[in-house]
Amino acid sequence: MQLTLGPVLFNWPTEAWQDFYARIADEADVDRVIVGEVVCSKRMPFRDHAIAAVLERLARAGKEVVYATLALPTLPRETRAIREAIEAGYPVEANDIATVHLLAGAPHVVGPYLNIYNEAALAAHAALGATRVCLSPELPLAAIEGLAARAGAVALEVFAFGRAPLALSARCYHARAHGLPKDACQFVCERDADGMDVATVTGQPFLAVNGIQTLGHGVTAAIRQVDALRAAGVDALRLSPQSCDMVAVARVFRGLAEARIDAAAAEAALAALPLPGPLGDGYLRGLPGARRLQDAE
Amino acid sequence: MTARRSLELVCPAGTPAGLRAAVDAGAHAVYCGFRDETNARNFPGLNFDRAEMREGIAYAHARGARVLVALNTFMRVGAIETWTRAVDDAVAAGADALILADIGLIAYARDAHPRQRLHLSVQAAAATPEAIAFYRDRFGIARVVLPRVLTLDEIARLTAAAAPCETEVFVFGGMCVMAEGRCLLSSYATGKSPNQNGVCSPPSHVAYREENGALTATLGGFTIEQFGRGEPAGYPTLCKGRFAANGATSHLFEDPVSLNALELLPRLAEIGVSGLKIEGRQRGRAYVAAVVRAFRGALDALAQGRAPDAGALRALTEGQADTTGAYRKAWR
Repeated sequence: MQLTLGPVLFNWPTEAWQDFYARIADEADVDRVIVGEVVCSKRMPFRDHAIAAVLERLARAGKEVVYATLALPTLPRETRAIREAIEAGYPVEANDIATVHLLAGAPHVVGPYLNIYNEAALAAHAALGATRVCLSPELPLAAIEGLAARAGAVALEVFAFGRAPLALSARCYHARAHGLPKDACQFVCERDADGMDVATVTGQPFLAVNGIQTLGHGVTAAIRQVDALRAAGVDALRLSPQSCDMVAVARVFRGLAEARIDAAAAEAALAALPLPGPLGDGYLRGLPGARRLQDAE
Repeated sequence: MTARRSLELVCPAGTPAGLRAAVDAGAHAVYCGFRDETNARNFPGLNFDRAEMREGIAYAHARGARVLVALNTFMRVGAIETWTRAVDDAVAAGADALILADIGLIAYARDAHPRQRLHLSVQAAAATPEAIAFYRDRFGIARVVLPRVLTLDEIARLTAAAAPCETEVFVFGGMCVMAEGRCLLSSYATGKSPNQNGVCSPPSHVAYREENGALTATLGGFTIEQFGRGEPAGYPTLCKGRFAANGATSHLFEDPVSLNALELLPRLAEIGVSGLKIEGRQRGRAYVAAVVRAFRGALDALAQGRAPDAGALRALTEGQADTTGAYRKAWR
């Protein structure tokens, strides 16, 4: 089973973002790295000039590279950015149906933001050129197994680590929480490397905000399901970057993928990292996504 | 088949009685679904069995109204026959259009029923000319229901780009602040989602707790809202709740307001929108009839060159507060 490093979803300062990928290129044991802005087009000018160099460096280090595209394009310039990503010549990850339209049948990766819940949807996307699909983090293990049994030539990926992306909006909640209009946001999202924590009014940690995106507060960790996912024929585990040591996270999941370490050891190793929330696998168990590893039901 | 109009008022029909009430109140079209997980309002006591659907369509057609059947959830792996059979049954019952969201089901409907008119549900979240072109060109989608988060200028741009595919916009009822069909908030808290189960913030997972005179409303154990003594207690829809972030407590995602675009009807007509959708299949008959009558009156006034009465519906909106939503570009 392979490991895919998903795109950095958060607005990390450009230098930190470049350093992160330099270290991934040199040290991380992952097969595939997906690079590119998924959440907010306003962040793109800061990194556009550096992205080709990052992709080249990762490719030289032997990683398969994929260029990620926006999950919620609305403006013409955002669609243009997607066109440019396609024209850059790297394999592309589509995160919106508009991108699938623009790809016009060319082979591509589908990210976790398109709704592929069943074999008919998977077949429709395969016919449109999808060769690899990262499934929605919402799917329970039984559904993943069902899809894997009917996936044909499409490689399936499962969201295995990181805060799960839950929703997208035309509205920017980072700006709203800071009392700023979206068009004059001052890039306040840059202050929260793992997203801005959102708690209930009775003090329960609940969600996290990343610009126009909402994620879970907990950190998805498909630890106990790796054996079942491997047996089902899932091709890769997707690790979504958080600010903790992702080289260490990749090491843990490589150990699990190769059945060299058990779930307890993996859990202990991950729990030792400075994570933004508790480890959870509720969705995979068919429970509310917020459920932690230790929760019974 | 019943003829379409240039500006069609599309009204919710949660039950057979609701369908008759909406048609009698002046709906040009109603939308409804089967009593199962194939539609995104899969609530107890709502929706239509097969016979009721046939009877409802006959009732509407006899009065010149069209029936649009919503089959707008995402099919479950290994059980897609539940959805494909619902498509077949809706076509056989004489549905004027099917409202679909799942690309797999759209592909099936196009292949199995090439002449059937298909609408793209808002749950498919097509919000760019490219996304609309995708469904129009590949699957012959005849109308796309636009998300509730667009501005009037964006609606105008999309309507022009979509042609000959028509556009339909929400004009009244609940606001969805997230990209519809791409929101997992409900399942994060409860395990049940619009995409997989046809429910959002389901009543089965709601609890109210009274403490020190305050009423706490929870969803899946998470506090969504607290109400003071004497304050009217609303339903804890997740994205309308109050949360703490950046050191302050606020309605972080959306204020608990309802959409009311009645005063925007002249502009929507000018833009060339084809469908005006009223949300609320879970609402009571009297509510639906009142809303339908008000909008039908406004449309008739508009056709005669008179301005619609914008305040006519204020008492019916959630929390007594309404908004024209993003339509006026308030979110930029």
